[in-house]
Amino acid sequence: MTKSDFAVIGQPLPKVDAWAKVVGETKYADDLFLPRMVYGKLLRSSHAHARIRSIDTAHARAVPGVYAVITGADLPRVKFGILPVSQDEEVLCTEKVRMVGDAIAAVAAVDEETAEQACRLIEVDYEPLPALMSIFDALAHPEVRIHEYGDGPNVHKSVALQFGDVDAALTGADLVREDVFFFEGSNHLPMEQHAAVAHWGSDGKLTLWSSTQTPHYVHRLLAKVLDTPAAHIRVIATPVGGGFGGKTEPFAHEIVACQLSKLTGRPVKIALTREEVFYTHRGRHPVLMWIKTGFTKQGDITGCHLRTWLDGGAYGSYGVASTFYTGVINPVTYKIPVYKFEAARIFTNKPPCGPKRGHGTPQPRFALECQLDKAAEQLGLDPAEMRRRIVAEPFTKTANHLTITTIGLGECIDKVVEASGWREKRARFGGTPSVRPEPPSPKKPGIGIACSAYLTGAGTAIYWNDMPHSGVIARADRSGGVAVLCGATDIGQGSDSVLAYLTAEVLGIEPKDVHVHPADTSLTPVDLGSYSSRVTLMCGMAAIQAAERLRAVIFQAVAQRLGVSPTSLVARERKVGVPDDWDRAVPFEKAVELGEAIHGVLAFRGSYAPPKRAGRYKGGGVGPSPCYSYSACVVELTVDEETGQVDLGNVWIAHDVGRALNPLLVEGQVEGSVYMGIGEALMEEQVFRKNLHKQPSMLEYKSPTTLETPEIHTILVETDDPEGPFGAKEAGQGPLLPVIPAIANAIYHALDIRIDEVPITPDKILKALELKRLGKPARVGPVKLPLFTFKEPIVVESAFGQPADAVVSRPFAS
Amino acid sequence: MKVRVALTVNGESREALVPVHKTLLEVLREELGLTGTKHGCELGECGTCTVLLDGEPVLSCLALPVETEGCRITTVEGMAEGGRLHPLQQAFAELGAAQCGYCTPGILLTATALLADRPSPTRQEVKNALAGNLCRCTGYTKILDAVELAALRMGRQEVRT
Repeated sequence: MTKSDFAVIGQPLPKVDAWAKVVGETKYADDLFLPRMVYGKLLRSSHAHARIRSIDTAHARAVPGVYAVITGADLPRVKFGILPVSQDEEVLCTEKVRMVGDAIAAVAAVDEETAEQACRLIEVDYEPLPALMSIFDALAHPEVRIHEYGDGPNVHKSVALQFGDVDAALTGADLVREDVFFFEGSNHLPMEQHAAVAHWGSDGKLTLWSSTQTPHYVHRLLAKVLDTPAAHIRVIATPVGGGFGGKTEPFAHEIVACQLSKLTGRPVKIALTREEVFYTHRGRHPVLMWIKTGFTKQGDITGCHLRTWLDGGAYGSYGVASTFYTGVINPVTYKIPVYKFEAARIFTNKPPCGPKRGHGTPQPRFALECQLDKAAEQLGLDPAEMRRRIVAEPFTKTANHLTITTIGLGECIDKVVEASGWREKRARFGGTPSVRPEPPSPKKPGIGIACSAYLTGAGTAIYWNDMPHSGVIARADRSGGVAVLCGATDIGQGSDSVLAYLTAEVLGIEPKDVHVHPADTSLTPVDLGSYSSRVTLMCGMAAIQAAERLRAVIFQAVAQRLGVSPTSLVARERKVGVPDDWDRAVPFEKAVELGEAIHGVLAFRGSYAPPKRAGRYKGGGVGPSPCYSYSACVVELTVDEETGQVDLGNVWIAHDVGRALNPLLVEGQVEGSVYMGIGEALMEEQVFRKNLHKQPSMLEYKSPTTLETPEIHTILVETDDPEGPFGAKEAGQGPLLPVIPAIANAIYHALDIRIDEVPITPDKILKALELKRLGKPARVGPVKLPLFTFKEPIVVESAFGQPADAVVSRPFAS
Repeated sequence: MKVRVALTVNGESREALVPVHKTLLEVLREELGLTGTKHGCELGECGTCTVLLDGEPVLSCLALPVETEGCRITTVEGMAEGGRLHPLQQAFAELGAAQCGYCTPGILLTATALLADRPSPTRQEVKNALAGNLCRCTGYTKILDAVELAALRMGRQEVRT
């Protein structure tokens, strides 16, 4: 279809929930106040690693206004975790704490102050254990075990995969580069702190309202940890005030609220403080990386070998997936004929890391894109042209057996090069003083480029099953309105709006006529959650299928009334009729009545599961996606030689979104991604001192304000991907990735200094300039790697360049 | 110790009996049911809880209700008049300036104060005015665009009337 064929798709419409949000009507979890509600607080560990000898709650129980005090002894002794392979968390720790912030006990009281006061009166006797606060510490002390499971002492997960003969490919290269990079961890920093309200009714049924991105997974888990039938539990995801991956798994406070409600017979609310959000974390993994890549003189990649070490923190979280993601997506952008990837996630006594926007992929992307920049310089190539030359081919497979469908990366590169004035600025900025007059200002300009790819939805669920990943029920009623029920969670990305747009488009009605009812496990078909950029594609495909089934029945009834063939009908402008005889077209609500009179209640289902295209090797389940989005980014900045201050001037970003279902929303996702990338590149860091978070507040944890955020120039590229709803691919995560290396590369262009780690703070820039003055290599970055022996790799033949499979299993496809 | 406070919120006289140390943020949300005002840190760091006090932006998490007696308090619920959205609200909705929407009320009110003071601000002036309000979703781009659009429309309105 061309753009002009659409009525709703492609229009810059307001989000369906925009009006409620601008008047303050949207009810987030902490905005819920139920009759007789009481407030819960968690007592959290002050030790990074310690055995719990005893817990005494007597004084807390005696506080007036306290309704209940619980410890782990009051809950079923079941460990949990988001991934079936990493069931390593306790709701309330009973024997051991593994980080500052681990929950130990909880209080329900008449108000938060009373609950806090009671928490302070709980006495915990700790036997401190050595705290392992870094990858190096954890590997150096195998005698101190944070967990008893994993792939070795303090090794949560170790992965080794090889696709083709990488050693031979590197031997035959004209240039081989070996580089080491470090990417610091960071928090999601959603504006809304997590909150949950639980009500265990007198009928024995539990309802939990929570600011969660994954109500379905919370639902499953509550049944397990509370030893209660899932059939008696209802989880409602309230509108989420920012997620970015930080609300993608079940948390102690949600489970505790339920248990406290059961014990008190009252609704219980627990809202985390900002400090608790920092300690709850599940944010970006700090990752140390070693990357060795071979190049021809022309800039082609002959092969690549990547090693990553992830600082996982105290628990598994999504860590096994994160570990794979530090390696598996890099091959999706460029032609990499052979590839080897080794990774290890190490346990440390810090808050657990997990999925943050880009989940495991921004770190190796930073490494690869900075290395490409270095290689281009050595080969005397323009870094933009070099990338343009090596862009992967559409509808082919990568070395690691991922299927690329459409790829608009070449066009993205062309667009940002053009829009930014790349060639002229590249020549004018930077370079050596002998070829350009030294400007009097200490602010030196530079311009840099980088690219990236990201998945449009994980190809596999977190638990193996043959059911849909997304489901939608579309129900038409006699008013002409259509209700859409879907488990998707709107975290601000606009999933409610996308469901309304797609349904309206198919049925020829207005988005306002569609009533979206999201994320209620009792009412809505399962959607796995708002993570891995999966919602627009997966819920979108399910919504289209449901709406088409509804439309088919309506068409049948209208065709009968008009005495025409159903295939001659179209639905548009809230009518159903034959285009050449539009005067006789039936109003949509009348068409619904005709349909209902013949078929009974008009409620239709849509189901979606991704095409089955995983590589046939162990670990092949992480990385496949229906399709991949692509981005190219150019950053123009100045660096102050005297202060090390980086000022971003402009960011140009082109994003291959397949099709922009609503360009306004897509731009918003791209701009937000760029912004978050800027924060990680220049300032954000989740770091620890004396076992404590160094800056667990929004003032001290630096994030960009309006003043640090540059003008962002967004260019949307459409490739109309056959896998996506009306051709759409993801936009919410991918555009974050190239921003970070583009900034690092621009800083190099400005000053000839390499900062091989993020955040790139002024002190690191000044240190590199000092090294440069001393005639030493002007590089600041990691200088040592852990002593770690990876296991023997699983060796698989490279699938690079093979055509995409012509026939693919598509469960639930119409 | 509880005290009785008499507040003027969105043009209405409201009374509440509250512990003296309760913040304006808590009283607005928990006593007066005005949950449109949000909290991001409760330490005066993020700007999310901004309300207007006699037209000036104030962090309600740092203000005590007793200090605000006799002042005009405006929350996001008080921006629309007679069922008509404030031009800032209209522009924020139209341009996608509210993604998750959580920081939106605070930003709308800060921007209201800016436009009362400077009806035609430059983009840099908008940035300066909003520098104390964190938003983690939008990259601020659409927010700045929306403030500019609202300023333009409000200017035109004045010319007409």
